[in-house]
Amino acid sequence: MKLTLQIWRQRDTKDPGHYETFEVDQLDVGMSLLEMLDRLNEQLVHEGKEAIAFDSDCRESICGTCGVNVNGRPHGPRPHVTSCMQRLRSFRDGETVRIEPLRSGAFPVRKDLVVDRSGLDRIIAAGGTVALPAGTAPDSDAVGVGHDQVERALDFAACIGCGACVSACPNGAAVLFTGAKVAHLSMLPIPAIEKVPRAEHMVAAMEDEFGPCSQYGECALVCPQNVPLTAIAFLQKERLKSLLHPRV
Amino acid sequence: MTNSTLPNTATAMTTPPPPSAAPGVMVGSQLNARIPDGDPETAWLRRRQEYRVVNPANRKKFTVAVVGTGLAGAGAAAALAELGFEVHAFCYQDSPRRAHSIAAQGGINAARARKVDNDSLYRFVVDTVKGGDFRGREAEAYRLGQESVRVIDHMNAIGAPFAREYGGALATRSFGGVQVSRTYYTRGQTGQQLQLSAYQQLMRQVQAGTVKLHPRTEMLDLIMEDGAARGVIVRDLVTGEIHAQVADAVILATGGYGTVYYLSTLAVGCNASAAWRAHRLGAYLGNPSMVQFHPTCLPVMTPWQSKTILMSESLRNDGRMWVPLKPGDERAPGDIPEAERDYYLERKYPAYGNLSPRDISSRAGKEQIDSGHGVGPMHNATYLDLADAIKRLGANTIWERYSNLLEMYRIAVGEDPMQVPIRIAPNTHYTMGGLWVDYNLMSSIPGLFVGGEANSSYHGANRLGANSLLSASVDGWFVLPYAVMDYLAGRLGQARPALDSTAVLSAFERAQARTEALLQVRGTRTPAEFHKQLGNYLWEGCGLNRSDKSLKTAIGQIRALRSEFWQDVLVTGKGLGVNQTLEKAGRVADFLELAELLCVDALDRDESCGAHFRIEHQAAGEAVRDDDHWMFASAWATTAPLDFATNPTLRFTRHAEPLHYTNIQPARRNYQ
Repeated sequence: MKLTLQIWRQRDTKDPGHYETFEVDQLDVGMSLLEMLDRLNEQLVHEGKEAIAFDSDCRESICGTCGVNVNGRPHGPRPHVTSCMQRLRSFRDGETVRIEPLRSGAFPVRKDLVVDRSGLDRIIAAGGTVALPAGTAPDSDAVGVGHDQVERALDFAACIGCGACVSACPNGAAVLFTGAKVAHLSMLPIPAIEKVPRAEHMVAAMEDEFGPCSQYGECALVCPQNVPLTAIAFLQKERLKSLLHPRV
Repeated sequence: MTNSTLPNTATAMTTPPPPSAAPGVMVGSQLNARIPDGDPETAWLRRRQEYRVVNPANRKKFTVAVVGTGLAGAGAAAALAELGFEVHAFCYQDSPRRAHSIAAQGGINAARARKVDNDSLYRFVVDTVKGGDFRGREAEAYRLGQESVRVIDHMNAIGAPFAREYGGALATRSFGGVQVSRTYYTRGQTGQQLQLSAYQQLMRQVQAGTVKLHPRTEMLDLIMEDGAARGVIVRDLVTGEIHAQVADAVILATGGYGTVYYLSTLAVGCNASAAWRAHRLGAYLGNPSMVQFHPTCLPVMTPWQSKTILMSESLRNDGRMWVPLKPGDERAPGDIPEAERDYYLERKYPAYGNLSPRDISSRAGKEQIDSGHGVGPMHNATYLDLADAIKRLGANTIWERYSNLLEMYRIAVGEDPMQVPIRIAPNTHYTMGGLWVDYNLMSSIPGLFVGGEANSSYHGANRLGANSLLSASVDGWFVLPYAVMDYLAGRLGQARPALDSTAVLSAFERAQARTEALLQVRGTRTPAEFHKQLGNYLWEGCGLNRSDKSLKTAIGQIRALRSEFWQDVLVTGKGLGVNQTLEKAGRVADFLELAELLCVDALDRDESCGAHFRIEHQAAGEAVRDDDHWMFASAWATTAPLDFATNPTLRFTRHAEPLHYTNIQPARRNYQ
């Protein structure tokens, strides 16, 4: 299998960046997208050139480290699959494939395909937490939680924080990400105690760095964990409730 | 005075440790692990009563550097910050959320013993100690079980959505060879949910200003002053700048070193560098050859494969493992009639069959592959066949049980496991070995603590399924905060080294010199090529089966490869800015040293135990321990000559920590 790759190269955050074209041949359709980049990098290093920088770690779709835009689509052609699990069999022999970083105003490029997604960490720090010091938790069986309730919480808690939702959004919104965390924690009895300040603080942090939601729904179409689009509605609801909540 | 200030000398072992079968190895002293005397069941309570505490007003005077933000690191960093200490947390990932604890699937054990299936703390300890084939510490297994209760409550409270019964109580499932149901879980993503919960609590402290977070930062060296750990030298992986962080104590929670084999179930960034740098400065390495191989990984499909994805063992509940009877049989699996198939686990282990323990199943699979019965395009796998279960239970039931795994297989391999058998192979998974620590989780370097998979406590020669999330959580949240505070209490009024002190400058210069050396070789082979080659040598020489011959061969190969590395490695780019080739080179350089010690330990330990299988010591395919001579944990020291740059020869000394069992009597495992 043969592909023509147009890959974004950018020396550092200040560099304007450009596409560089590579011909790659003798590819195996069972290789992952990232293993193809590994192979190209080996070749580049042998030629004395700098390897293309890209992020990845677990390579089994759970850590959320990887993520590149492939032909404009976050993670790659196969929907709901992280870049590390995308296989070359999704491409046609001889196809030209454009690989870019996860594009978003909130994700500055550090080098080539590596972006800075620390804005997502700041949203979590603002309130995606539970104010409960180690050792002080009550017995987990003391407060029962319904089977379905927990399963529903896990649908939202499954978010891997890859940032594909932000990159897919025309507005660069992080509402699916934020909504998923707010929904997850609101559905569990102890974390739910703080849901009012949580929604307020997380939304404030989100609005500091990310765009507004216009409900395009592009985010949910690329999400590798299939986080339900209802996370968005959940966030709006919790936020409204927090605004109406009497100040102390 | 607490035991943690006792000199590091030993209680006598009944038989002195034997001389080493590995050439050049020196036999060192007997170590004292500072385990409280007396009943192991009450040891932890008594130790906590001895520990000193620091007055809350004084806590902010102390700085603790925590390297790694997985369950152990994030837990320790958050807990110490909650107590009021100043914490610096470092991780190589772009966010602390991504540490590899996140990939654990099955669950977390806890000795809550609420049901009437007759589980108990004692049963938990028996399972853990027996699972570890009597090469782990009994008193620590008690601590693990005792603190497991608080771990579940804490994780539940901070957001882990543990599976629940319809009545609202926590649900449990059975796991890996244990006869009771004590594994708590969140679908097949328990590690993810625990890791994210711990990460969130860490971020809470970051927001509060008590933790200073350093993501995309890699530890290159340890700052040592008067023989104690006083900080770390790190490289900012974005700017490439190297800087120093001084501290009163350092915690390494940097995970396992399975990636030394190149292919493993670990994240591709997992590495041993922080631990190995500490080791080279005097932190003993415990049982480095104790490596667990997981039987059900996706096989290697292309020469470019970068890791092996784990398929949960639960598939073995309904899958039958087989290979064609005829070696090199190229027919499609469906074309091979029943009579020409070898259901090798059912044949060899009729009692446990396809549910034989990890190490036994792994070895049996490799035996089939090595004898030419391997299947798939690269003849490197065996079949795990769901056909019978589908026939018996219906396709819907099987799909419901395993849909996420089957879907992952479909994406990764491009075949439908409901139609054709799954291809699986054993691969490197978890390292029971790691930096040797005493009962207080302090290494042989004062002030250097080690938590989680990075240390060598708890699991002995083999780890029980669902005990890894537990040990990392217990270390981070419920052991290190107590033990580190005790240590810091003894340092009140003492200064940290100044940034321009010899201690800091010499560590800084070591780190810088190594980085420059890697850039200067400008040879012809990439770091990844060396890594792959090293992995092949290790897999063949020190993999599932080890022998005197295979280990000696591997040691020779590794030494030669290490010399070649320093003459021929090719790193492009510069020291400043993002340079992933340079990062990789540094990690491979350390793997090339660690790998030799791994083989030396395996050659030295002239017995089989747990995952360490010496073919010379077996009875009917089972590991045969030698309790008379080897009932101790090896703790290795490595020294290098002054001219190491031109003469990369390492010298190894094996110290021994005798193991004692009070409430549980050593017995042989039997699964036939």
